[in-house]
Formats: sequence, structure tokens, C-alpha cells
Amino acid sequence: MAASADADFKTRLQNWIPKLVLSPSLAMMLVFVYGFILFSVYLSFTDSRILPSFGWVGWENYDKLWRLSHWETSLINMGIFASLYIVICTCIGLGLAIFLDQKIRGEGLLRPIYLYPMALSFIVTGTAWKWFLDPGIGLENVMHTWGWTSFEFDWIKNRDYAIYTVVLAAVWQTSGFVMAMFLAGLRGIDNEILRAAQMDGASNWNLYRRIIIPQLRPAFLSAFVILSHLAIKTFDLVIALTGGGPGRATELPATFMYSYTFTRNQMGIGAASATIMLMTIAAIMIPYLYAELREKR
Amino acid sequence: MRKFLKTKSLFVAGLLCTTSLAHAEDVEVLHWWTSGGEAAALNVLKDDLSGQGIGWTDMPVAGGGGEQAMTVLRARVTAGNAPTAVQALGFDILDWADQGALADLNEVAAQEGWDDVVPDALKAFAKHDGKWVSAPVNVHSTNWVWANKAVLDANGIAQPTNWDEFVAAVEALKAAGVTPIAHGGQAWQDATVFDAVAMSTLGPDGYKAAFIDLDEETLGGDAMKEAFDRMAFIRDNVDENFSGRDWNLATAMVINGEAGFQMMGDWAKGEFLNAGKVPGEDFLCFRFPGTQDQVTFNADQFMMFDQGGTVSAEQAALASAILSPSFQIAFNKVKGSVPARTDVDGSDLDACGQQGMKDLAAAASSGNLFGSMAHGHAAPASVKNAVYDVVTAHFNGEYGSEDAVTELVDAVSIAK
Amino acid sequence: MSQATQDTAIRTGRVTRTLIYLVLLLFGLFYLLPLYVMLVNSVKPLEEITGGGMMNLPQVFTIEPWLKAWSSAQIGVDPTGLKPYFWNSIKMVVPAVIVSTILGALNGYVLTKWRFKYDTILFGLMLFACFIPFQIVLIPMARMLGIIGLAGTTWGLALVHVVYGIGFTTLYFRNYYAVFPTELIRAAQIDGAGFFQIFWRILLPSSGPIAVVSIIWQFTNIWNDFLFGASFADANSQPMTVALNNLVQSSTGVKEYNVHFAGAILAAMPTLLVYIVAGRYFVRGLMAGSVKG
Repeated sequence: MAASADADFKTRLQNWIPKLVLSPSLAMMLVFVYGFILFSVYLSFTDSRILPSFGWVGWENYDKLWRLSHWETSLINMGIFASLYIVICTCIGLGLAIFLDQKIRGEGLLRPIYLYPMALSFIVTGTAWKWFLDPGIGLENVMHTWGWTSFEFDWIKNRDYAIYTVVLAAVWQTSGFVMAMFLAGLRGIDNEILRAAQMDGASNWNLYRRIIIPQLRPAFLSAFVILSHLAIKTFDLVIALTGGGPGRATELPATFMYSYTFTRNQMGIGAASATIMLMTIAAIMIPYLYAELREKR
Repeated sequence: MRKFLKTKSLFVAGLLCTTSLAHAEDVEVLHWWTSGGEAAALNVLKDDLSGQGIGWTDMPVAGGGGEQAMTVLRARVTAGNAPTAVQALGFDILDWADQGALADLNEVAAQEGWDDVVPDALKAFAKHDGKWVSAPVNVHSTNWVWANKAVLDANGIAQPTNWDEFVAAVEALKAAGVTPIAHGGQAWQDATVFDAVAMSTLGPDGYKAAFIDLDEETLGGDAMKEAFDRMAFIRDNVDENFSGRDWNLATAMVINGEAGFQMMGDWAKGEFLNAGKVPGEDFLCFRFPGTQDQVTFNADQFMMFDQGGTVSAEQAALASAILSPSFQIAFNKVKGSVPARTDVDGSDLDACGQQGMKDLAAAASSGNLFGSMAHGHAAPASVKNAVYDVVTAHFNGEYGSEDAVTELVDAVSIAK
Repeated sequence: MSQATQDTAIRTGRVTRTLIYLVLLLFGLFYLLPLYVMLVNSVKPLEEITGGGMMNLPQVFTIEPWLKAWSSAQIGVDPTGLKPYFWNSIKMVVPAVIVSTILGALNGYVLTKWRFKYDTILFGLMLFACFIPFQIVLIPMARMLGIIGLAGTTWGLALVHVVYGIGFTTLYFRNYYAVFPTELIRAAQIDGAGFFQIFWRILLPSSGPIAVVSIIWQFTNIWNDFLFGASFADANSQPMTVALNNLVQSSTGVKEYNVHFAGAILAAMPTLLVYIVAGRYFVRGLMAGSVKG
């Protein structure tokens, strides 16, 4: 009898251990992420300015937020930036990975060159990019001294194009990383299937389009998760490269939120913008994650 | 409103109770002076304190003219771990004083007679409800113009004293193929120029009504539109690459003779001196045309955080060291600004520095000393940045002067 | 997947190959460009930089900026260079990387091999947490650290990085363990092995590649973090990035660009080294399963 009770206890324990192991992470997540999100949502309805304060003001902060023209600018910028950044990084990453997968000599040398930008912080590479893009001292100037005097590249100074220079620098930083993810995916594909398809006379183009790229689906998921997370958090880059300028032309929600919460002492409006941003992220990510994760079952 | 303030104070009071007194022997100083000259000046302070047996724990956080440091400060106070002394500007000090977070320095102030030597305009930020809460270090004035003398002489231009002369000088430089105005297109620099232009266009009373009292009629008035028109003129006379440029690179353009004028605060002087230029011979410093009698200022101060009820001995020692005449002179010599107390002997300063001291004393006594809007001494941070938004958008051609005036009224009303 | 080889079965012609090499080299140049700007300008005297021509090779070569950035540049009141901050960063990064990787491994193990009701939802919650913008957690986090008494300490900073790193490490390990044959686990269970025994004896020994991925990712992110380092550290625990920022962002002083660039490269040295040394294993680790959804 005792033995079976003991065994019973053991299996019960075995059932509980996994949940116990998971619980510290889960608790941290609930408090430090979801708790803080709720706190932030609450703040967006208060009169908080320099520090959190708890005087209820209803929708006033949201009302003010939507009257600010550069909040709209920052949302539009986010749309342009995030979609271009994610698409271009994915294309370049996939392209380079496919090319690098062709028994390339010097792959060992090229790979770290593609990857290293991820290792640098934008506090200073931002300055290097800023110089490079500056028409007075950078690329345009170099082209002019080389004799190509009609060359023009002044996007960073142009209100309508500056956001694209932010995309350029961001792509520079992460596309190599995306390449590594796709390369790994390509290396994991079973060559037998490809050989069989080749026997049937499939062209390279068709091989990639019909067989290889569909098999990279998990890599696309990881790339999308990582890229969209980086896009949302893009902050240092804008600060270092354009400081949100010219004017407020390259303001993004992250810089907007930071500036209202911390430099303008309007924490309530900052929290309101954070809430809207989180809801937008949720609206995009939750259906996507749901579709991807459900299929696994 | 009163009730809100009360709950706020309670919140902070709760935080301050948890403040650890582990560093009772040392002062921990949060600041953003990390460049060589500034740090050397702070070292004067540090040595002074160590002579009295007080240690210095350094907490530098640079970036954005103190914005980064203010973020850090907020995290530190929220965590109940406020530093002893914190470098701060204008309205930030009043905001923290409102939260009941600052220590009362009246005792040391009375002993050393600060009330008699610090100008009233400055006291408006160093005192809160009749209590000294911070120790002013210096006074920067922001309505300076810096000019390359050789360039001006070569084109037969005399120092302009009003807007029309300035326009003529700019046109002459343009005709001679020199960039008339060196400028860095960052919001705070645009606003610095706007400060001076608005002062000159609206006059001291209009400036006060618009940016200190935030009077909607003045903000939306015809004179304001005129000020924006003048900004547009300046915009037309900067080089093509102005956008995003750091202020010191714009100064370099004047130093190298690529440009004639730069409108910038007195910290620009350091760049000229570092390049081995002599004031009066190689470069000129003068007040923005039309603001000869006025001084728009911003002042660095150290506010002292309440460490459990009373001001600590170290804080008192630090505050008294900051206000000592020897430190005031030593520091301001490297910083380009002028001393916060008007009774010190400025003969050690260079020509521009002495001019600055004289202007400050004159402006203070004639009621012409005003807080700079661009540097957070005219209106709180929210309003300041709202004005930035409009000025920089207009300067970058997003809308014309007519719209800028409307936007300005609107933006200020949202931020108020 | 287990027989993954370096080769692909795709065959290409000579012209195509030349084109491929050309494209690869061009992109190589693109990636190297900013590094070139930084390197070239870090060995020039300051006058040469402010005189214009940032793309030119140095006329006078000097190592001075590097020495200055490391040991004598003005970071605060004292001219200490970046040196002392290096150790602060190490003390913060190492525990944070280790703890978050271990937690990620355990979470991944539970979520794939000990599945229970709603486990996918839990994973979704963890994954979504990766997207929280850090700016909004600063104030509440500061309060939390104050309450648990870790404000202004290296441990507090490490804790913050663990909290916001778990989502990613869990993602990596979960995807890796998902393709690990569950039959092996069941067999071990029948043999009487417990939860930790299985993890220790069966899963861990083959987790090398994904551990590399998780460590590289966490190391880079934590080492390069500025926002948390600036906000939650005090005078004795400020990490390298904060010092670098102080070096670069002096408000009203002369900007020594050559020293800034040298400092930037110095600050990035550990991460660069990690990428170059472990880069091979990195792709291999990603390949071994992290990309499998």
C-alpha cells in the first residue's frame, strides 16, 4: 500500500515539476510585461506629467494625441519603415543566402562580413552613416571629387526621403542576420528531393519557387518575428541618424513616445501613444502567431 | 489641481523614505558635463570637496543636452535611489520642487548671502516657495551672433545693429559667394535662432507675453507672423546641407571662413578659442541685431535632493562650493558662460566673456533679462517642445508663416 | 535535416556563377562601408577629419585616439577612458546570459516535451512579450527594483535583461526541441528517468548548437543595450555603452570624432569577436532547428 501511495505521489510530483519549472518565467512575464502594460494603459487615463500621478482624466490624453500632427507623421513613418524594412531585409537575406549556398569559395570570409553589423550598437555607427549620407562630406561629395558632378544623393536632408535613409541603415544592420537564418534553413533541406525533381527536368527557378522556398516557411516565421520586433523598437537608429529630422520628418512611434514621456514631461500622452502602439502590434501579431502556432498541433 | 499635487507629493514622499543613506559621506552627482573642458571645471569642485573630506561619486549621463540624464533621474527617484545632487535646467528644477523632492538650502543661502548676489531672473528657478532648492553655476546667454571678422571686413560689412542692416549684410555675403549664415538644422538650434529673432521682432514685452505668459493673442499675432517671415529669410540664406548638422560643425564653418554668421549661445566661443582664434581680432561676438539691450539666458544649476528631511552637511558644502567666487570664475572660463553671481571680478575672462558679464548685469538691473524659450527657461518642457515642433516644421518648409502662427497657438494650447 | 550538408544539389552555369560572385562581393562592400569610415577616421588626427574628406585614407597615421579612448578619455569627472566600464559590462552580461539561456532551455523543454493544456497560449504570451517597447517599462521597472532592493546594482541590471530576454531564448529552445524525437523521452520515462534526469542526460548534451545561438543573441543584445544600462545602473555599475555615450555625446564641448570612432570599435570588440569566432557555429546552430517553427 505504502509503495503505491509513494508511487502515486511521485507521478503527481512528476506532473507538477514541469509547471513548477515554468512558473518563475511565467511569473516574471506576468508582472514585468503584462503588469507593466496594464500600468501603462492606466497611466494613459491620468494626469501624469513628470512622474506617475493618479488623477483620472478620461480620454483627454487620447484626444490631445490625435490633435498632434506629428503623431500622425510618426504612424505613417512606422508604416513605411516597417513594411519596407521587413520586405527588403527578407529579400536581401533570402537572396544572399541562396547565392551563398552555391558552393561559394570564401564563404567563411563573407559570412562574418554580412553578420558583423548586428554586433555594433547604433550609438556610433549612426554617426558613420550620418557622415556617409551627408551630401557635403559623404557619398555625393566623393562622387563629385571623382568627377561625376551630376551625382545627387541628398535624401537625408530631404523631408520626403529621409525616412528611406533610416530604412537603408536599418537594412544594413540586420539583413546579414536574416541571411544567416535563411542559409541555415537552406542547409537543412533534403537534397534527395531536389535531385529527384531535377531528374524530372525542373529548372533551377522552378526548384526554388516550388520546392525550396515553401520549405523555408519556419525560417520566414523566425525572420518575421525578429524583424518586426526590431522595427517596433527602432529608436537609437533614428536618434543617431536624423534625430527625428529634418523637422519631425523621421519621427517614429518609439521616439514619439519617449519624447512625450521623458523629455516633454507629458507622461499621460506618452502612455496613450504607447497603448495605441501596443494595440496595433497586438492586432497584427496575435492573428499571425495564432495561425502559425495552431498548425503545429 | 491642488488635490492632484497632494497625491503626487505623497507618492514622492513615499519614495524618498526608502532612499538609502549608504553614501552619507559622499556626494553622488548626476550630470552631463563629459567633455574635456567641462569635466576639468567640475574637477575644481571635486577637489574643493575632497579638501573638506567629502568624496565625489561621479554619475555622468550625457546626451540631448541633459534629456538623457533627466530620464535616468526619473528612474532613480522612482526606485527610491535619488542622487545627492543633480545638474538641471530651469523648469525641471521647479517641477521636481513641486513634487516635494528637493532639499531646503535656505540655511546655507542665508549664511552666504546668495539673495543679494544672484539676479532675480535666476532666483525664479533656484528658489521655490521662498526656499532655495538648487545652486546656480552659470548663466549662458543665447542671443549671441558669432561672426568671422576677416569675411566681414573683406566684404565691407560693419557689425549690424538692426534687422535691416543684418539683411543687407546677409545679401552682401550672398553676392560675394559666401554662405551668409552657418546653421545646424536640429530642432533646438532652429529654436535658438527663433528666440533671438522673436525677441528682436516682438520686443521684450511681446517676447514675455508670448513665451513666458503664453498669451494666445501675442502667439497668434501679426508680429509673430513677421518673426516667422524673418525665419524664412534666414532659411533662405543657410547652405543646402544645414539639416541635421551639429552646432559645432556650423561653428567650424564660421571659423574657416566658409560662412559669415552663426546665431548660437555663448558655448560656441569655446570652439573659436580651441581653434586658436582671438575675440575681436579673428572673430566677433555681438548680440543679435535688435536685441542689444536684452539677454535671453539659460542657467545650469545643481539641485539637491532631499535625503530624509533636512539638507545634509555634504549638500551644504557642495552648494557653498558651487557659489564660491573662485569656482564661478574657474568654471565659466572654460564653459564660455558667465558667473551666476554678479559680484565676482571678471577680469580673468576674455573680451566676449567680459562683455557677457556686463550685458547680464545691465539687463538684470533694467528688467531686460529673460529666460530663453529654446533652452527651457521661459516655459515648461511640454510647451518648449511644442514650440520646437512648429519652429522646426516651418523652418524646414512644411508650412508657411501664416499657418505656422495658427499651428503655434494650437500646439501651445495642447501642451499647456 | 540530420544529414544536412554544406552542398546544395543546385547546379549553375559559368555566367550565373560570375554574376553571383559579383553580387556577393558588392554586398560585402556595402556591409563593410561604415566600418571603413569608422576605422579610417579613428587613425587620423582630428584636424584632418574636421578639414573634410571623411572617406580619404589618413595622411598622418596615429594610434593616439585608440589609446585615448581606452584609458585617458574624459568619461565623467575623471579621465578614465572606457577601461573601467568594460568590467561592469562583463559582470552584468555573463550572469544575465547564463540565467536567461538556462531558463529558456528549461521552458523550451517543458513546452515541447511536457505539454499540457493551454501550453501554446503560454508560449504565445511569452513570444508576444518580446514586442513590448522598452521605453514604457522604465518607470514601473525602476519602482520594482527599488522595492526588491536591487536598484542601482549590477544584479538588478542583470535581472532586467533576464526578464526581457526569456521570450527569445524560449523561442529558440522551443523550436529546437520541437524536432527532437519525443520517442527517446518516452523511452527514458519508461526506464524511470525523472524530469531533470531526462533534461540533463538526453536533451542537454545535444543542445550545443542552439545554446550558441541563444548565447550570441543574448550577449549582443545585452552588451549593446543603452536604455536599461543608463536608467538602472548607478555610478559603480554603469556599463560600457553608457560610458561610450558619455564619450560621444558631450553637449557643449569639442567633438573628438577620431576618439569617438576608436571608442565605438573598442566597445564593440567583444561582440565582434563573438560573431567572428562563433559565427560558424551560429549558422550551424540556426540550421540545427531554431528556424523550424
